[in-house]
Amino acid sequence: MRTPFCVKSYQLILGMLAGSMLCVSACKSTEADIQRASAEDKEQYSGGDNLTSNDLSDNAFGKQANNITFDEGVLFVVGNSLFQSNWVTAPSSVTSLDGLGPLMNQSSCGGCHFKDGRAKPPATETATLNGLLFRLSIPGTGVHGEPVHDPVYGEQLQDKAILGVTPESSVRVTYQPVSGQYEDGTIYTLQKPVYELYNPNFGSFHAGLMVSPRIAQQIPGLGLLEAVAEQTILSFADETDKNKDGISGRPNYVWDVVNNKTSLGRFGWKANVATIKQQTAGALQGDMGITSSVFPASGLSESENELYSSLPNGGSPEISDEQLNKIIFYVQTLSVPVRRDWTDKDILRGKYLFSQLNCSGCHIPKMQTAGTHTVSVLNNQTIRPYTDMLLHDMGEGLADNRPDFLANGQEWRTPPLWGIGMVKTVNKHTNFLHDGRAFSLEEAVLWHGGEAEKSATDFKKLSATDRVSLIKFLESL
Amino acid sequence: MTKFTTRCLIVVCTLLAFSCKKDDEPSTESLEKEVVSNYAAIVYASYEDSYNTAVTLQQKINAFVAAPSAAGLEECKAAWKAARIPYGQTEAYRFYGGPIDDANGPEGLINSWPLDEVYIDYVKDMPDAGIINNIKIEITKAKLDSLNQAGGDTDEQSEVNVATGYHAIEFLLWGQDFNANGPGDRPYTDYVTGGTAKNQARRGQYLKVIAELLVEDLAYVKDLWAEDGAYRKTFTSQMTVKTALSDVFTGLSELSNDELAGERMLVAISEEDPTKRQEHEHSCFSDNTHIDIQMNFKGVKNVYYGTYTRVDGTVVQGRSIAEVLAKQDKERASALDATFTATETKILAIPAPFDQAIINNVDKIQAAAASLKTLSEELLDGAFALGIN
Repeated sequence: MRTPFCVKSYQLILGMLAGSMLCVSACKSTEADIQRASAEDKEQYSGGDNLTSNDLSDNAFGKQANNITFDEGVLFVVGNSLFQSNWVTAPSSVTSLDGLGPLMNQSSCGGCHFKDGRAKPPATETATLNGLLFRLSIPGTGVHGEPVHDPVYGEQLQDKAILGVTPESSVRVTYQPVSGQYEDGTIYTLQKPVYELYNPNFGSFHAGLMVSPRIAQQIPGLGLLEAVAEQTILSFADETDKNKDGISGRPNYVWDVVNNKTSLGRFGWKANVATIKQQTAGALQGDMGITSSVFPASGLSESENELYSSLPNGGSPEISDEQLNKIIFYVQTLSVPVRRDWTDKDILRGKYLFSQLNCSGCHIPKMQTAGTHTVSVLNNQTIRPYTDMLLHDMGEGLADNRPDFLANGQEWRTPPLWGIGMVKTVNKHTNFLHDGRAFSLEEAVLWHGGEAEKSATDFKKLSATDRVSLIKFLESL
Repeated sequence: MTKFTTRCLIVVCTLLAFSCKKDDEPSTESLEKEVVSNYAAIVYASYEDSYNTAVTLQQKINAFVAAPSAAGLEECKAAWKAARIPYGQTEAYRFYGGPIDDANGPEGLINSWPLDEVYIDYVKDMPDAGIINNIKIEITKAKLDSLNQAGGDTDEQSEVNVATGYHAIEFLLWGQDFNANGPGDRPYTDYVTGGTAKNQARRGQYLKVIAELLVEDLAYVKDLWAEDGAYRKTFTSQMTVKTALSDVFTGLSELSNDELAGERMLVAISEEDPTKRQEHEHSCFSDNTHIDIQMNFKGVKNVYYGTYTRVDGTVVQGRSIAEVLAKQDKERASALDATFTATETKILAIPAPFDQAIINNVDKIQAAAASLKTLSEELLDGAFALGIN
């Protein structure tokens, strides 16, 4: 029994050493610095006790929560099947899975969230889109403060269709290089995407059309984010920047279709959706053309409806509540991968820098879930999602210039960072940010502007070694 | 006997036992290496059988399309069923990103279901549906290949509108199944010019093309596992034995629990409305799902016991996981033996056709699925006992 003690004291000494070393460079050594530079107890369990998975294979995002019951396990398995299964054109022998389209972006959830993970932009200018979609709107707001859809093309561009139906339009993606320099003279180049919607098949686009590109995000941990108490999230907000750190996170309040009221937005790139249920049903309707009790309408615009309303559908609604609930349960209980090498010296250094650069001002490392979620494994978990779930002005460089409820055209929700280091393993790419424009975590950091401008500038001032440490820390999440 | 000689004997015996072990019983590590190479041999043999039976299927299809007849259609159906036997067993090699389902893997093109049947051909009340009845679409290998990718990047797996593979062929041979007690009954005259349905020649062309694509996709996987195949080399000599075994166990546990018990059994009975349940099954046109289930299970058993019986009756056999585990933990190994036997009994107890069982024999399906789940857990525990994560 001596070994654990030795390890402990060794870690303490290491922590103190790291602390004193940092003191030289940062010129202030507090208890907190030492804390940040050493590994915390249970730090590796990003998803808490119940939702952290040890699977580090390419299925790392697809693991079910610990401590769920046998019956819940069956729900998970069936939900998984529905998440991965292709919906097919109606009428079909498998009546429970027909009703695809007529217009769509994909025929399964897993088609965009491949292996429950993150999509990437098309590899070539005109390659088929696979998980990158474009929200559309025209100036103004609807009765609930929502964006006004394009009168012909609706809420999103659907670039695919079932046989015999014409997709809405094609999209071309090109990139323009944007160069910059670190303080040590190292040059970097970012790729700024340019999107061109061409061959509109239902008449020209609205003159005031606003387009917001959005990439499919990884799924694990969403249930936990739903289980965080509203007041916890609001406690991170600092709308008028009272603490003068340049960061003024604010909540998005959105129309909650499920509960028929205005609620705090939590999901989506602009925190424009309040519940996983709405997010799931919305994706079924918008991305796959599947109607549900939440969104019973086809989602087609009036002119599209004229053309296609006579096509057979998969029932009213096309997905039963029972099936929908299974998908939701699956999404809610997907576990976050455990951290790797969290006690590594470089990674601890990176963690310290993450905090020094105030990345943690928005990417809040640690919080507690409440005890009120209907899925009990999500309750009372200490989680490390690295998000505040609030909106922040990210500057002109990242702006989509399309408002979404309270979010303006420069604001984005802080995305959670847990699991990002596993995207490479699961999805075989390292594309990040809302449209996948960052081809590495480093590029993602460099794109930060607006409220994060100071952090990005400070990042550029770091030595090459420190930059590597910071990135290694992100990769360990 | 003096104390001395007793001691001596013990020493000698110990020495003997030790040397015996050294001579006849290989170390666990070299045993595990043999398990991996035997696994690779089984994988190759079963893919080769899948390939060969698909070639036979293709030949029958070509002959049938050239001169359609009722007998010819039956021969095609029999060849399809025969082809499913070896392929079903190969599904134990999925789920770890091997040749069948890595980023370039053709699994989705070979075995995707549910099938987007109305994307392919006419269905009830829609006589003009599908690629076959859309004369603007040329039916060629290249075209069907590109349609398969309609939803996806070429470098990622996506199964948007999959219009190929075993189940597409199954649909074109049997047709939609509206019979409670039998499979679909597409008339052979769907392929006779001037016969039933429309575009008979295009249907024949479509069937021929997807048979050819199936053969090609299987050849791709088979070749990567061949003795001098690129993946076989990686798997047997570049990967560590533990990594390779970890992949093997991943395949076994994912197939037995997630895919077979979950996707193919529990999902089928999960729909509360039984009228919606029917045909939510793997091979819904031919009513062959019970065989799919049996063969998937057999695939898991093959790998665990290191034995595969080829289509021609010859047996590929070698060192097995069962052997290694028994050496390490006899109790665990016999528990697994019992679970394999119990699971097999429960699977065989599900009456065919499966589309009726999912309405009338839910308990039997649940029992088999629960047993598969136990099997999967015991396999994972076994892997853990062998120091494999």
